[in-house]
Order: sequence, then structure tokens, then C-alpha cells
Amino acid sequence: MSELSLSSLYQQLILDHYRNPRNKGDLPDKTVEIHMANPVCGDEIRLQLRVEDDRIVEARHVGHGCSISQAAVSMMTNLIKGKELSEAEGLARRFTDMMHGDEEPARDKEMGDLRALQGVSKFPVRIKCALLAFDALQEAIKKTRSGD
Amino acid sequence: MQPAGPHPIHDEPPAPSDPMSDYDVHRIRQEFPTLHQEVNGKYLAYLDNAATSQKPRSVLAVVDRYYREDNANVHRGIHELSRRATLAYEGARERVAEWLGAADASEVIWTRGTTEAINLVAATWGLDQLGDGDEILLTTMEHHSNIVPWQLVAHRTGARLRYLEMDDQGRLRMEDLDAVLSDRTKLVSVAHISNALGTVNPIQEIIAVAHARGALALVDGAQAVPHRKVDVASLGADFYAFSSHKMCGPTGIGVLWARRDLLEDMTPYQGGGEMISVVGRDESSWAAVPHKFEAGTPNIAGAVGAAAAVDFMEGVGYEAIQAHESSLIRYALERLKEIPGIKVFGPVDPAERSGVISFALGDAHPHDIATILDSEGVAIRAGHHCAQLVMRHLGVTATTRASFSLYNTKKDVDRLVEGLEVVQEIFGTG
Repeated sequence: MSELSLSSLYQQLILDHYRNPRNKGDLPDKTVEIHMANPVCGDEIRLQLRVEDDRIVEARHVGHGCSISQAAVSMMTNLIKGKELSEAEGLARRFTDMMHGDEEPARDKEMGDLRALQGVSKFPVRIKCALLAFDALQEAIKKTRSGD
Repeated sequence: MQPAGPHPIHDEPPAPSDPMSDYDVHRIRQEFPTLHQEVNGKYLAYLDNAATSQKPRSVLAVVDRYYREDNANVHRGIHELSRRATLAYEGARERVAEWLGAADASEVIWTRGTTEAINLVAATWGLDQLGDGDEILLTTMEHHSNIVPWQLVAHRTGARLRYLEMDDQGRLRMEDLDAVLSDRTKLVSVAHISNALGTVNPIQEIIAVAHARGALALVDGAQAVPHRKVDVASLGADFYAFSSHKMCGPTGIGVLWARRDLLEDMTPYQGGGEMISVVGRDESSWAAVPHKFEAGTPNIAGAVGAAAAVDFMEGVGYEAIQAHESSLIRYALERLKEIPGIKVFGPVDPAERSGVISFALGDAHPHDIATILDSEGVAIRAGHHCAQLVMRHLGVTATTRASFSLYNTKKDVDRLVEGLEVVQEIFGTG
């Protein structure tokens, strides 16, 4: 693996989200909370959303883990605020595609800071770290729709 | 023959020998084919030996030869191959028994590994002997495989788990031992050497105190047998468990050693072929020890490989291995001190450690450190090391762990340090 891909993995933007996570902390008036953990490495995310009329009006997270998992949830919560559930679902799908090698989402401005995580797709054992936040998001959407 | 594939085999030039030692680590390395390859374009520095060790040619050869020439089921056939397979399997048991200092080969039970060996004791001796209010003493240093089997048994029997705690250097608080034992303590189950911190426990003393209080003692030797000579007779343990794969043998084979009189009284573990004497409609009688505990066709090739691993370790010599590894650990501890922001966990005195160095580096998460080191060809482990109670004690969720074997060199340590310098460049932890 070249130095180049290592530097594409650890971009300053990722380290910045890791060190200064956005939207971190409990959301008092949340309507849904999903706890996701990667038992292999111990990364943990508790994603908390407030959903009103199928729209995510607030998104926060609590947890700990590696720079990739923490940057991904920080970036994701920034992006999904204000989005319809179906839009957030589309975002999750496109991010998952990007992790599996699709380069198109990485050129899409709609993906925001998440584009910086494209380099993770070159590190197969780390893809799970990046997807943890989106797995939580998909669960949260499912749970909200089922009305639990 | 050079295997084809994406990992070119190429030999590093021999490191200059240490004039103070006649331990020829370069020659030993020649016995391990997996060590000689590039990973991510860099020469491999394998420092994940506490997870599993690499395998020498002699072990690979006997497993291969067994399948090519002698393969048959054991204790069943009258034919020649079955006779040879049985001889190989039971011969391997005798070899391991002799090496362990067992009174008799029948005290050696083949298992899948340390985990199954401990589960066997929990599911047989534990369910037979433990009752409501009885106590099992563990330590917070234990691997999950020496915690969870006892939790399962405790739930079924009403027994309670108690723990001996660690001090701030990850050493057992021996001064508390007497207080955490009680008249209800039936078993003390403890690691010989910690897989997460490398702490060497005063196992003989613990066993002696347990016995004085009327408890039995089980020792999890998974991290001990790769590094030091173990003699169960002089340790005085009642049960000793280990895996072969961490000491240069194959995966999927390990040993439960136990005192013969305990094994005689224990209920069988699994039921099936091989472990019976006579089977009736409602009742059966059991085969003699050790076969009573070995239901089904065993891992014959694994057993043969495990004996070859014992031969290999003794061929190199445990005293020489221990001296070599001890100098490596001292060297690594010194070199790691050069790295700003590093925090090494475990005993400060190198004499109290073996095999493992666990550490943290600034705010760089262990998984990130592991990825960066991997890109530099250095294989280490990041995570909780199946020892979440240790992580909680340290106040972390994961550590980075470098672990050493008889074939590691000072150069491997240098590569680790260089890799950590790359982590610093990226994370700016210096």
C-alpha cells in the first residue's frame, strides 16, 4: 500500500471531524435512538434523531471509536439534518456504494464532507468502521417508519 | 518451492548477530516460510504472536506427511493405516505429557484449544461440583475464555464469581488474595501470563494459597507455553489449559491437562463415538480417561502437529527462547520511550513481563495505528484483546498490542518504532 493511499485515508478533514466531532452529545427530545457497535473492534455509536413528519429535524451522536467511525458519524449527522427520511436513505445508499468502490458519489457535492472518506474504500478491513453510522441511520429510519 | 501469488518471497539480509548471544535468530527465521514475504510492499514484521504464531517447516511437514501417508481414523480400524494413525495420535499425547511433566499420558486431554479446555472443566467439573453459594475466584486480568465459561456455570449452579483486582501496573494485588478467598471458594482460575498486558503472575504462590484454602486451581497457560518451560508437577496446579497454535503448532488443537484422580471422577464432556465403553438404550458406560473426554473423530493431524511444535520449541530450547525474548522486550521498552506521547501499559519492570507490550499513542485510536502500521508492513493487534475487564481497569476501550515470538528481531522492533513515527506524522501526536 502506498503512502499516497495512506494520506488519502487520513485527510485533515477526517482528523478534524475526529478531534472536533460535530453534533456530539445527547439529544434530549429525540424520537429515536439506535445503538450500534462493532464487536470486533469495540467502536460504538448511539445515534439520536428527532424526526417530525418524516423529516429529520435534529441529529446527534454519542460514542467512541477510531477516526474513521467517528468522522463518518460527525459528517453524516451534519448532512442529514433537515432531510426527509427518503433523502437520508438515498444518502446512506450512495455512501455505501462509495465504500464498495463506486467513484461517482465522491464527485457529488450533495455528499458534503463525506467525500473525504472515499479513501476508506481502499482499506477493506476499515469499511465497516465508515459504515457503522449509516447502519445506525438505516435502523433509525426503519424504526421510525414502523412506529416503534 | 516458491509459492506463486501476490506476496513475493524474498529474504531480508541477515541482521548482524548479537555477539553476546549464540542464539541464531536468522537461522530460526529460515524455518518459518510465512515470515519471508512482503506485505503492502514492505518486508513483513510480524508482531501479532499473542494472537497466533507462525509455523515452522517441521510442523507443516508432519501434518502434511500424516495426511499423505498415514491418514485413517483412530482406535477403530484393524487395518494398517488405522494402526499407524492411532500410534501417531497417542504418541503425540505421550510426547506432550512428557514435556508438560504430567504423571501419565492419560492426564492429557486433546481439545480444540484453551477455550475448549476451560469450557470442558466448567461444563463437567463445574456442573458436578459447584452449588448454590459456592465461589469461583477469577482475576480482572483474565481473557474472556476464562470468564464467560464460569459465568455460564454460575448461572446454572447458583455459584458466585469473585475477582482478584490488578494494581496500576496491571499486576495482581496479591495482598488481597487472602481476603477474596473464602471457605466457599471451590476453584481459583487464573492466567499464567496476561494476554493483554504481558504480566507474569506468581502462579505457584496463587496455587499454594488456593490449596491452603481448600480450593482447586486452574491455570490458563495460553500465553505461557510459547515463552517458557511449564512443568505442571512443580507448579502444583490441578488443571492446566493451553493451545498449540500460539506455540508454533496448528490451529484447532490444544490441551487440557488435569490430575488423573480429578479426571476419573468427572462426568464426560460431549457424548458420541470414542468416549464410550458399552452403549445401552438408556444408559452407557464410559471409556477410560482420557478417551472419556474425546467424543468423535479427533483432530489427529493437529495432535501430531502439536507434538512436532513441542519438539521444535525444545529443539531451540526454552532457556534460550526466554533469554532472547527478554532482551527483545527490554529493547522494545527502551525504544518506545523515545516516542513522545506514548503510554505503555503493564509492569514497569521488564522482568515481570513476557511476550506482550500494550500501549496507547496520543489520541490516535488503536485501529488507526494498526492500519498505518499495516501499510508499513508491521502486523500488530488493536482492540480489547478479549479482555474487556482489563480495558475497563486501564480506562480505555482498546489498546495497541505488539507481541513477540522466538523468531522476532531487534529489527522488527525498529520497524515498529518507524511505523509509529508515521502515525505521529499523520496524527501529529508528538
